[in-house]
Amino acid sequence: MNAETKPVSQLRPDRPGSIWLRYAAPAAFDPLAARMIPWFFVVAALLGIAGLYIGFFVAPTDAQQSEVYRVIFIHVPAAWMSMLIYLVMAMWAAIGLIFNTRLSSMMASALAPTGAMFTFVALWTGALWGKPTWGTWWVWDARLTSELILLFLYIGFIALQAAIEDPRRADRAGALLAIVGVVNIPIIYFSVRWWNTLHQGASVSLTSAPKMAATMLNGMLVMTLACWMYSIAAALWRLRSIIAEREAGSVVEAE
Amino acid sequence: MNWGGAGEFFAMGGYALYVWGSYGVSALAVAVELLALAARRKRALSQAGAAA
Repeated sequence: MNAETKPVSQLRPDRPGSIWLRYAAPAAFDPLAARMIPWFFVVAALLGIAGLYIGFFVAPTDAQQSEVYRVIFIHVPAAWMSMLIYLVMAMWAAIGLIFNTRLSSMMASALAPTGAMFTFVALWTGALWGKPTWGTWWVWDARLTSELILLFLYIGFIALQAAIEDPRRADRAGALLAIVGVVNIPIIYFSVRWWNTLHQGASVSLTSAPKMAATMLNGMLVMTLACWMYSIAAALWRLRSIIAEREAGSVVEAE
Repeated sequence: MNWGGAGEFFAMGGYALYVWGSYGVSALAVAVELLALAARRKRALSQAGAAA
């Protein structure tokens, strides 16, 4: 048995306050994840239906953009998720790197493809929104370029981990890449303030009142919650596969 | 209610290509991810079964 895989008994689940440690072992977390996944998918679907209903049937036609603005109900949530998932992924990767906890690193790996998917959706819907409103599918402004770099960071993280045979070495290499890449997130977020971009400034921020109709904002927030729930469900489902893949391998090694 | 009928809804004020192109491809991306997740789960389980 290699030194990195502690037996579950060593985690002392009997000790008060160590409930978190009990679930830090991938094999112990797996059944918990299995129970949670269907609920997250169900809530995601219900919120998605509600969000789309608000977006298409309750939110009014925009005075300037007519109906094309309705792309916002998928574009903005996807763009928010692309940044948030990256931060969460880098956080789990860093925790895995510092504390050498296998489950944390697996969480990071489980989040990457979902983050990449949302980044792609943000870029795709942005292009389809840009054409009728700006007259171009794509422009190399700071916001669009840094979001494209985010997609490359996700793909780089996935490819790097796939290229390294030993899972723990892959975890460490991926973690370094993910942590360095975090610098790109504030660049994306503040790009519309720091530079002159064709992309508009923030319509919704934590520090000022939203610059849009309440029903539009509600539709966007409900869709964002749906994306959150979907992301958790998808990441946990992928995590279970990663656990099955890796723990099966460690059983073979231990024999 | 925003729409006079189904035709008006699907026309999206003349922006059907952009609106439905956005939502269609987004739905496709989610579908592809779900299929990939199911396939990976199946593969992982058969691999774990073979190793045990």
